Amino acid sequence: MTKQTRLLHKRMAFSLVFLCVFGLILSLTLFAQEKKEDLVLATTTSTKDSGLLNQLLPIFEAEEGIKVKVIAVGTGQAIKTGEMGDCDVILVHARAAEDKFVDDGYGVHRRDVMYNDFILVGPKEDPAHVQGLPILEALQVIAKGKGIFVSRGDDSGTHKKELELWQKAGIKPQGKWYKAVGKGMGDTLVMTNELGAYTLADRGTYAAMKKRLALVSLVYGETALFNPYGVIAVNPQRHPGVNYQGAMAFIEFITSPRAKKVINNYKVNGEQLFIAE
Amino acid sequence: MFFSSVKEGIKLIFSGNPELYMIIGRTLFVSLSAVCIAGLIGIPLGISLGLREFPGKTWVTRILYVFMGLPPVFVGLIVFILLSRSSPIGRRIYLLFTPAAMIIAQAILALPIITGLIMTAVEEKAEPIILTSKGLGANALQIKLTLLTELKISFIAGVVAALGRVIAEVGAVTLVGGDIEGYTRVLTTAIVLETRKGHFQLALALGLILLFISFLINTALYHWQYRR
Repeated sequence: MTKQTRLLHKRMAFSLVFLCVFGLILSLTLFAQEKKEDLVLATTTSTKDSGLLNQLLPIFEAEEGIKVKVIAVGTGQAIKTGEMGDCDVILVHARAAEDKFVDDGYGVHRRDVMYNDFILVGPKEDPAHVQGLPILEALQVIAKGKGIFVSRGDDSGTHKKELELWQKAGIKPQGKWYKAVGKGMGDTLVMTNELGAYTLADRGTYAAMKKRLALVSLVYGETALFNPYGVIAVNPQRHPGVNYQGAMAFIEFITSPRAKKVINNYKVNGEQLFIAE
Repeated sequence: MFFSSVKEGIKLIFSGNPELYMIIGRTLFVSLSAVCIAGLIGIPLGISLGLREFPGKTWVTRILYVFMGLPPVFVGLIVFILLSRSSPIGRRIYLLFTPAAMIIAQAILALPIITGLIMTAVEEKAEPIILTSKGLGANALQIKLTLLTELKISFIAGVVAALGRVIAEVGAVTLVGGDIEGYTRVLTTAIVLETRKGHFQLALALGLILLFISFLINTALYHWQYRR
């Protein structure tokens, strides 16, 4: 290797190093500054994956000039993210956990937003013959080993609801017939489909994915399957860095008549998914 | 399914969908930055670890090898907690759910790989190079620079291994990036999202695009590696 090429290599290496360091510093400062105006919304996969937020957020962003960043996780993780002060507002569905979040001083200004309902879905052949049964009876039949039940198992709102139903049905869900998969609603539906099993799903995600699944809805329309969504601002007294103003503007918006109209008009595959309060 | 996905992938690349190009660009930006940072620390660290003998070196080596297999979600969770608003760091500079947070997590994943592989290479091959340089009258700095150029092949192999690991991981970037559309979504998190929605074909197509990009990067590095 000649001296010249070695010099060239050295120069290349130095410029590469320089570029990297420069880029990092630039991006760090940019990100740190950009943060102020944006609103971080931690919500459930059901609102995001159903496509509803894609209808609502552009209107809010245009009206308020605030960019919304959506973190779509399970309700458990969304609430935890709020507790740690890493989002500004949460939109979730687990009433008991929401109340605890507010009572513990992590959240303020909880408002009802909308509701949809849970449905029990399963294979067309319905091996356990649960179609049309009341939900608690249907679960009891499945628990007798007439079918496989796939559970979200991820501490999400849907999972919490499912556990509540098992408790009401007087059944401890465990055994070969019960599979807790620890996944989001979409993944769980895909797995349920593959296993020819039953699962409790929110109507939104199911309707959005219906075309690609061989699952049918078997039990629905009961008040026990009611699924209310609430919006809560993260308490700025606990986490001074949060965008409280933005959060309040968002709560104002999502409970407004114009947002309700969007929610009530939103249909996937011809099915209304959410009903605004 | 697979072949239609190949077709879909090719169609996607040429579809002119700006979000897809953004995702690809972001994936490259995040992973390349992470590997650059890890390289800046890991290459000098690996060289000095490889050249020196000191008490406790076997332990350092063992720990380094364990860290080469750090689980991405575990690193993601630690970075999440460190950068959270409820941590001392998060109160001063807030980086959670930004590409910067993703770069930090991936750099942590890449660092032990680069350091470990370079240390091994230096231990194995450095001695004759140093002796020859000394014989030719080189000073300490010149010896280090000679090592850098002579061991280029091993070094690039280390960097390639690290890059392959971080560009393909999803656990850490999902946690600290949040998979925010148009901001922190990268190819792997997009694959997870589309799978969750049941769009298997699109997910597969994105996976193939990721493989193709890795292939391009590796080809480029390979050429550089063996250029004389």
